[in-house]
Amino acid sequence: MNLAPHLPALQVVVPLIAAPLTVLLRQRSVAFAVALVASWLALAISLLLWWQVANTGIISYAIGSWPAPWGIEYRIDRLNSFILVLVAGIAALVLPFSRASIESEVAAQQHYLFYTMFVLCLAGLLGIAITGDAFNIFVFLEVSSLSAYVLIALGRDRRALFAAYQYLLMGSIGATFLVIGIGLLYLMTGTLNLADMGQRLASVQGTRPVLAALAFITVGVSLKLALFPLHQWLPNAYTFAPSAVSAFLAATATKVAVYVLLRFYFTVFGESAVFARLPMQQMMLLLALAGMFAASTIAIFQTDLKRLFAYSSVAQIGYIILGLSFNSVSGLTASIVHLFNHGVTKGAIFMLLGCVALGVGGTSLTRVQGLGKRMPLASFGMVIGGLSLMGVPGTAGFISKWYLLLAALEQGQWWLVFMIALSSLLAAVYVWRFVEAAYLREPHQNTTNVAPTPWLMSVPTAILVLAIVYFGLDTSFTMGTASEAAAALIGGSR
Amino acid sequence: MTGATTSMTLGSHFTYFITIFLMVAGLFIVISRPNLIKKLIGLGIFQTSVYLLYIAPAKLIGGTAPILSNAFTVYSNPLPHVLILTAIVVGVATLALGLALVVRIREAYDTIEEDDILARDSNAEDNGNAT
Amino acid sequence: MKNDLILRVIAKLLIPFILLFALYVQFHGDFGPGGGFQAGVILAAAVIFYALIYGLADARKVVPEPLVESMMAIGVLIYAGVGVAGLLLGGNYLDYFVLDPNPVRGQHRGIFWVEVGVATTVSGVMLKIFYMFADRGKVDEE
Repeated sequence: MNLAPHLPALQVVVPLIAAPLTVLLRQRSVAFAVALVASWLALAISLLLWWQVANTGIISYAIGSWPAPWGIEYRIDRLNSFILVLVAGIAALVLPFSRASIESEVAAQQHYLFYTMFVLCLAGLLGIAITGDAFNIFVFLEVSSLSAYVLIALGRDRRALFAAYQYLLMGSIGATFLVIGIGLLYLMTGTLNLADMGQRLASVQGTRPVLAALAFITVGVSLKLALFPLHQWLPNAYTFAPSAVSAFLAATATKVAVYVLLRFYFTVFGESAVFARLPMQQMMLLLALAGMFAASTIAIFQTDLKRLFAYSSVAQIGYIILGLSFNSVSGLTASIVHLFNHGVTKGAIFMLLGCVALGVGGTSLTRVQGLGKRMPLASFGMVIGGLSLMGVPGTAGFISKWYLLLAALEQGQWWLVFMIALSSLLAAVYVWRFVEAAYLREPHQNTTNVAPTPWLMSVPTAILVLAIVYFGLDTSFTMGTASEAAAALIGGSR
Repeated sequence: MTGATTSMTLGSHFTYFITIFLMVAGLFIVISRPNLIKKLIGLGIFQTSVYLLYIAPAKLIGGTAPILSNAFTVYSNPLPHVLILTAIVVGVATLALGLALVVRIREAYDTIEEDDILARDSNAEDNGNAT
Repeated sequence: MKNDLILRVIAKLLIPFILLFALYVQFHGDFGPGGGFQAGVILAAAVIFYALIYGLADARKVVPEPLVESMMAIGVLIYAGVGVAGLLLGGNYLDYFVLDPNPVRGQHRGIFWVEVGVATTVSGVMLKIFYMFADRGKVDEE
């Protein structure tokens, strides 16, 4: 029986079936093995799908053999396949990392439930990226969000519970706004299939329900992607969650939300509707700049490293939305490339922070004093991650910054170039806080010996840190896919 | 003239007015009430308004139940009902998860008022509990 | 509440009918309001009713915790299994047309098994939530 034409369905089904299996097979090593196999299979499938799309074009798969637009369609183009590889790749690396990392952070009898939630979150995120049906996006969004709330609440600190609760409230409001927008679109077009909706909207452009739907969808998705000022849930959630969860969510959850925004803006509404009728361009620009500067500034004054890099995430999301606001192929390319590069960078940083937390017992700036001597490899990895956040050549972050600057220059906005450079300077300041504490300070008086990092944690972390450098030097995969995806998005819309 | 059209608009669109009222009421409760359970109730009311938004237009004037028959030509739309069943289940799951979190928060903090929880957290931080 | 005669008798009379009603709602989802989710909730309500009258310990003997936790997982596996069956029989994922030589009968079959999976999971989840929260922080009465 040939499985190849069914890969789109299997991409979601494999992690989805692994979830109840981990519940039934309670033994935590067996549950871990099932989850690991599922995530690695998902990565293999995503790479195969990426390769297939790169060679033969858009893949369309009808769930239940009901043809689109009546049935739910899984539709994979260049943008999708990129996101699928990112999500599956991060999950495949974070899962072995989590095996050792949750030993100290989650109660032993709940480990199998951790793997269940992790695999469910993975299935949800993959489903959002792969589906071509608007309501299906909402369903998978809620699947991934609910499991994310649970994962965050598993943190050791009691503040993790309140952080998860806050995220639950804000995330549910965001998802409900998205549903309201989808409902208004359904009422105006009569279909839920994204591609079909895009075609049918041409005849009802500019009517009030469609504009209202655009507004609702923008606000709803912005809550999920932590666009300033709707980012309030992010610092607490990333700080108090277990390290593996922070790494996974920081690298994937907001990126998939950006994908949803791109999909709705360019495939459903069309860039002319979004940017011509409403002042979306100016609004996105303003909010992106506000996010970049406010979040970077707040990050500088943090004393806990996880919180510092959580605020840094908000700032980096600002870069992505800045690229989106340019409404040009180069701006969109910069956005999509930064999705991937930032995912890799933040994943690596939070995984390193997990190793640090295990090694010295915490992630506050006082605890990491003298880390350069005590955990030299981890500190060096953090420096590489910080350089990528700043956009130094040789790292992945430089590629996206460079293309963002090029896109700004293309628009003739010199002041934007200056702003981007200024915010990179702010990033340098908060990275310097870590470097100063790690390399220029002596360890605290009453510190114990450094706990050794298990190889299950150090190997995936090292792979991701090396990936930062690799994608900074060889951009064929990232830039190739991103530029084609951006061209398809802008070219395909009216 | 304007009086007649206004009352017609009010009459035929009253479901949308109720939808908007529930939506705004739910959001107001979430934002303004510090009690964690009341916030969840507000979230529930907000989600209920969405169900109404989908289902009210599904009933077509003169439409019958959506079971094929030769005697009828206009059927009510069954698709929004299916979508709302899904949305209701999602809402139930969210509410269950939220309440579970509130129970755990109560056990950890001994209170479910947001201001008290934030006050206790900042006290703990001031006393040097942060790592 | 175990010692209240009226409550005990009424519970014993009503619970079988509630269970029967749950099955009715389950199988008549095709023709009227009903289906897996509603039936699962009614089923769980019957067991919760029993637990309210006769005590949580007795309910735990009738529907033990490992069974409830497995029900949650098995329901999802049944649903996914129907999808995989569609794959194995030559169609796409969740293809009901190929489940029977007659496509309409295939649709019936697919929907039937999918709803069974949904009812199992939903009743498992509702019972699990009840079991987890019913005795938190309670002092032992009996």
